[in-house]
Amino acid sequence: MILDILVQGAQMAAVLAAAPLVTGFVRKVKARLTRRKGPSLIQPYRDLARLMRKDAVVAENASWLFRVFPYLVFAATWVAAALVPTFAGGLVFSWTADLIAIIALLGTARFFLALAGMDVGTAFGGIGSSREMMISSLAEPAMMLTMFALALVAGSTQLSTVSAVLASPEVGLRVSLGMALVALVMVAIAENARIPIDNPATHLELTMVHEAMVLEYSGRHLAMIELAAMLKLVLYLSLIACVFVPWGIAPAGAGVAALALGAALWLAKLAAGGFLLAFFETSIAKMRVFRVPDFLGAALMLGLLGTLLLFVSRSM
Amino acid sequence: MQATATLLTVVSALLAVAVPAVALSRRPWAGTLVYGVSLAASLAGLGVALAALLAGAGSELTLPLGLPWIGARFRIDALSAFFLAVVNLGGAAASLYGLGYGRHEEAPHRVLPFYPVFLAGMNLVVLADDAFTFLVSWEFMSLASWALVLAHHREAANRQAATVYLVMAGFGTMALLLAFGLLAGTGGEYGFSAIREAVRDPAVSSLALVLALVGAGSKAGLAPLHVWLPLAHPAAPSHVSALMSGVMTKVAVYGFVRIVFDLIGEPAWWSAILLLALGGGTAVLGILHALMERDLKRLLAYSTIENIGIVFACLGLALAFRADGMGWAAALALTAALFHVLNHSLFKSLLFFGAGAVLTATGGRDMERLGGLIHRMPATALFFLAGSIAISALPPFNGFISEWLAFQAILQSPELGGWGLKIVVPAVGGMLALAAALAAACFVRAFGVSFLGRPRTPEAGTAREADRFSLAAMGSLALLCLAAGTLPGFVIDALAPVTRLLVGGAMPLQADRPWLSIVPIAESRSSYNGLLVFAFIVLSASLSAFAVHRLASSRLRRAPAWDCGFPVAGAATQYSAGGFAQPFRRIFGTTVFAAREEVTMPPPGDMRPARLSLAIHDPVWERAYLPLARAVDALAGRLNRLQFLTIRRYLTLVFLFLVALLLVLALWT
Amino acid sequence: MVTALSFDIAHMLAGGLVLVSFMLLYQDRLHGLINTYALHALVLSASVAWQAWAQGAPHLYVTAAVALLFKALVIPLALHRIIRRLGIHRDIENVVGIGLTMLTGMGLVALSMVVMLRIAADADPLAREDLAMALAVVLLGLLLMVTRRNAIGQVVGFMSLENGLVLAAAGARGMPLVVEISVAFSVLVAFIVIGIVLFRIRERFDTVDIRALDDFRGERR
Repeated sequence: MILDILVQGAQMAAVLAAAPLVTGFVRKVKARLTRRKGPSLIQPYRDLARLMRKDAVVAENASWLFRVFPYLVFAATWVAAALVPTFAGGLVFSWTADLIAIIALLGTARFFLALAGMDVGTAFGGIGSSREMMISSLAEPAMMLTMFALALVAGSTQLSTVSAVLASPEVGLRVSLGMALVALVMVAIAENARIPIDNPATHLELTMVHEAMVLEYSGRHLAMIELAAMLKLVLYLSLIACVFVPWGIAPAGAGVAALALGAALWLAKLAAGGFLLAFFETSIAKMRVFRVPDFLGAALMLGLLGTLLLFVSRSM
Repeated sequence: MQATATLLTVVSALLAVAVPAVALSRRPWAGTLVYGVSLAASLAGLGVALAALLAGAGSELTLPLGLPWIGARFRIDALSAFFLAVVNLGGAAASLYGLGYGRHEEAPHRVLPFYPVFLAGMNLVVLADDAFTFLVSWEFMSLASWALVLAHHREAANRQAATVYLVMAGFGTMALLLAFGLLAGTGGEYGFSAIREAVRDPAVSSLALVLALVGAGSKAGLAPLHVWLPLAHPAAPSHVSALMSGVMTKVAVYGFVRIVFDLIGEPAWWSAILLLALGGGTAVLGILHALMERDLKRLLAYSTIENIGIVFACLGLALAFRADGMGWAAALALTAALFHVLNHSLFKSLLFFGAGAVLTATGGRDMERLGGLIHRMPATALFFLAGSIAISALPPFNGFISEWLAFQAILQSPELGGWGLKIVVPAVGGMLALAAALAAACFVRAFGVSFLGRPRTPEAGTAREADRFSLAAMGSLALLCLAAGTLPGFVIDALAPVTRLLVGGAMPLQADRPWLSIVPIAESRSSYNGLLVFAFIVLSASLSAFAVHRLASSRLRRAPAWDCGFPVAGAATQYSAGGFAQPFRRIFGTTVFAAREEVTMPPPGDMRPARLSLAIHDPVWERAYLPLARAVDALAGRLNRLQFLTIRRYLTLVFLFLVALLLVLALWT
Repeated sequence: MVTALSFDIAHMLAGGLVLVSFMLLYQDRLHGLINTYALHALVLSASVAWQAWAQGAPHLYVTAAVALLFKALVIPLALHRIIRRLGIHRDIENVVGIGLTMLTGMGLVALSMVVMLRIAADADPLAREDLAMALAVVLLGLLLMVTRRNAIGQVVGFMSLENGLVLAAAGARGMPLVVEISVAFSVLVAFIVIGIVLFRIRERFDTVDIRALDDFRGERR
C-alpha cells in the first residue's frame, strides 16, 4: 500500500518535473531542424523560476477570478496528467477518473482559462477565448469519439485497463484503431496550440489563439499557466504512448526493476513523440483560422468513422 | 399519514392561498404570504416525495371528482415520487427566490394568484393516476403558466409569446388527449391501471407513442416543436421562467416516460431510433441557437432545449436496451436520463435566478449592455459561475455525472441488434459530445460577456447585489449542484426503485463502494469519483498557490491593462457577445441558420461608419411554422364569411349539421 | 497461411484506403490532391501485394506492380506536368463545403457497411468487410467527382473509384488476371481520354472549370 502510494506520488512528481523538459526538447529539436542552435534544454525551468520570482502585475479592473484561476487551471491539468498511466499502470487512484473524466478535466481547465481571458475586458483576451472555445468545440467531440473507439476495443474506459488490453497480442491491428490514432494526433496538435492550428512561439497578436488569451498575465500567474500548458503536452504524449505504444508500462504491483524500465521507456517515448512533433511543426505552415474547423472536422469524422466501424463489426 | 393524501393536502394549501391572493395581491405583504406558503408547501411536498421514494412505499387515493365512473385517482409510485421531488425542490427554490425577487414585481396582481396554482398543477399532473385527471391537471398547469407568461402584457413581444404558447399548448394537449383516447380504447377505461393491462394492436400503440411524443415533446421543447419555448419562458418573471424551464419541462418528460415506459407496454422497434435521432438533433440545434443568442434569458431557454434533447436521447437508449432484454444497460441509460432531469432542474433554476438578479440590477437582459457585474454582484457571479460549470458538463459539478453515465450507456450499445441502431447510436454519441463542447463555449460566452470585463453601460456599472432571499436560493442550488456532482452515488441509489419499476433492472448499489466512487457496471470497465477529483483539484490548487506564495513571490502590483501596449479606454472595444459567437456562426451558422454577414465599407474620404449587417434565419420557424400560419390564415379568411350570415342561415347550418350527425349515427350501427 | 494477423493487416490496408479517400476529400489544392492520390495508389498496391502473399496468388503481384508503377508514379507525375503546362495553380473549387462533404462521406461509408454486411450476411465475415470497404472507396470516389468543379479533381475522383474496384477484385479469391489487367488499362485509357478532353476544354474555353461546359450547352442557370 505504501509502495503504491509512493508510485502514485512519483508519477505526479514525474509528470510535473518532465513537463518543462519536454517543451525544452521540442524547442531544441525545432531549432536544430531549422539550423539554429536553440536555447538550452533546461531553459524552460529557468523561465518558470524567473516568472515565479517576479511581481505579478494585474490589470486594475481584474477580479478575484483572474488571480485564482491560474492555480485552478494548473490543478485540473495536473490531476488529469497524474491519472494517465506513464511508466506504471494500475495506480492507486487510477479508478478516480476514467478516460472520459480526464478529457472533461481538461475541459474544466480550458473553461477556466477562457473565462480568465475575458476578465480584464480587452479585445485580445476576448478573441483568444472565443477562438479557443471554437477550436475546443470541435476538438473535444473528436477526442470523445476517439475515446469511444478505444473503449469499445478494450471494453473499458479505465485507462490502465485500456492500455493493458491494447498491449495484449489478441487485439492485433485494427482499422478503427488506426483511424483513432490519426484523429487523436490531430486533436493533440490542436489542443496543445501547435502549428498548424496555433503558433506557440508567435508574438504577432492576430495569429495567436492561446497566447492572446493569456496576454494580460504576468509573473507567477503566467508561470502557472505556462506550466499547465507544458503539462498538457506531456499528458497528450503520454496518452498517445500508453494507448498506441503500450509496451513496457509496469503493471500494478510490479517490482522496482519493472518500474525503472517503465520510466526509461516512458522517457524514450516522450522523446520520440517530441521529436515527431517538432519535425511535423517545422515541415508545415500555420493555417488560417477558418481552415481549422476543416482540420478538426476531419478529426471528428475519423473518430466517428472508427466508432462506427466498431459498432458495425467487432473485428474492425 | 398516507403520502398521496399528504401531497393532496399540500396541493390544496397551494390552491387555497391563490384565492386570497386574488383579492390581496396589491398589498405589500401579499407576496410574502404567497411565497411563504408556497415555500412551506413545496418543502413539505419535497419531504413526502423523498420519503416515498426512499422508503419505496406507494400509495393511492380516489376522490369522487372528475369522470363519475372512475373518479379522480391519485397514486404515488417510485416514478412519480422522483418527479414530485424534482417539482417540489424546484418549487421550493423558486418560492424562496420569489420572497426577495417578488418585491420588484411591477404587476404583482398578475403573478401572485397564478403562481401557487401553477405549482399545484404541476404536482397534480405527477400525482394523477387516470387519464382524465392527468389531462385536466396538464391543462391547468398550461393555463396557469400561460397567465404567468402574460404577466407583463404591455410588451408586444410578450403578448406574441403568449399567443404562440397558447396555440402550442393546446396542440400538445390535443395530441395527448388523442393518445389517451387510443390507449383507453372504445371501452373508455381511463384509469392508468386498466390502460396498463389492456392488450392492444401494435399499430395503435405506435400511433399512441407518436402522439405522446408530440404532446409531451411540444411541452418539453423537443425540436421541431420547440419554437414557443424560447419565446414564452423568458417572457415570464424570472422565478417563473426558472420553474417553466427547470420544472415544467420535467413534468412533460414525466408524462412521456409514464406513457411510453409504463402504459404502452412494448413499443415498436423504430421508436428508440426516433427518440435517439430527435434527441441528438434537438441537443445540437438547441445549443447552437443558444450560442447565437444575445438575450441572456432566451439563451437559457434555448439551452433548456439542448438539455431536453439529451434527456430524450438517453430515454431512447433505455428503450432500445429494454427491447433487447438488456435490463442492466437500460437501467444505466434511464438513470442517466433521470439524473439529468434532476441536474437540469437544479442548474437551470439557478441560472434563471441569476439572470433574474441581473435583470433586476441592470434593468436589461441583453448581454451587449452588461459586463463587469462580478465587481458589483460578487455573490450572484459566483453562483452563476457554479451553474455555468455545471451546465457545461464539467467535473466536479453534477452536469458531468449524467453526461458521463450517458456515454457509459452508449459504450454498452454495440451489443444491440438492428442496423438502424448501430448507425444511429454512435452518431448520437458524437452529437451529445458536440453539444457538451458547444455548451461550454456558450456558457463561457454567457458568463464572460455578462459578468466579466468592463461594464458596457452605466446601468451595468451601477448594478446592486441581489437581496438575501435570492442569494439564499441561488446559493443553496449551487451547493446542491456541487453535492450531486461529488456524491452522485446516493442519487443513483435513490433512482434504483424507479428503474426497477420501468425497465426491470437497476444499477448496482453505489453507496457501499469504497471512497464513494460510482461504478456503473464493474470497476474494471469504468468508475468515477467526483469527491476525490474535487478534493484533488482543491488540494493541488491550494498547495501550489501556497508553495508559490511562500517560496517564490507573493507581491502584486495593479497597473492599467496591457492589451499589447494599446489599451483603449472605451468599454465598447471589448469583445462583444456577437463577436464571441462569430467563429461559431461561420462554422455552423452558415448551414444551419443560413447566417449571412455583409460588410458595408464606405469609400475612403466618406465619413459614414462602416457597417456589419447580419442575417440569421431559424429554419424550423421559417420553413414549417410560417407556411402553416399562412395556410391557417388563408383558411380563416375563407371561413370569415360565416360571420356575416343572417340568423335564419345560422339556424339552417345548425339544423343541417344536426341532421347529418343523426344520419351518421343511424348508418353507423 | 491464413492467420489472424494476416487478415488484420489486410483489413488495416483496406481501412487505410478508405482513410486516404477521406484525405482526398479534404484536399483543397491541386498538387496536394495529386500527391494524395499517389498515396492512395501506394496503399492500394501494398494492399494488393499483401493479398497476393496471403492468398499465395503470384499473379496479384503483377496487379500490385501495375498499380505502383502507373497509378502511384506515372499518372501523378503526368498530372503534375499537365498542371504545369496548363499553368493552373489554383485551389480546387468545391461545390459544397469540406465539412459537409466529409459528413456525406461518413454517411456513404455507413451505407456501404450496412448494405454489404446485410447482403452477404452468411459470407466469410472478413471478406465481406473488405468488400464493404471497397464499396466505400468507390462511393467516396464518386462523391469526389460530384463535389469538385475542377476537371482534374474529377479525374482523380474517377481513378480513386477505380482503385476501389481493384481492391474488391484483389480481395475476391480466384479472380483471373485478365480482369485486373483490363481494369488497369481501362484506367489508363480513361486517363488518356480525359487528358485529351482536358486540353480540348482548355483550348476552346481557356479554363478547366467544367462550368464552362455548362455555358456551352446552354444549361447555366
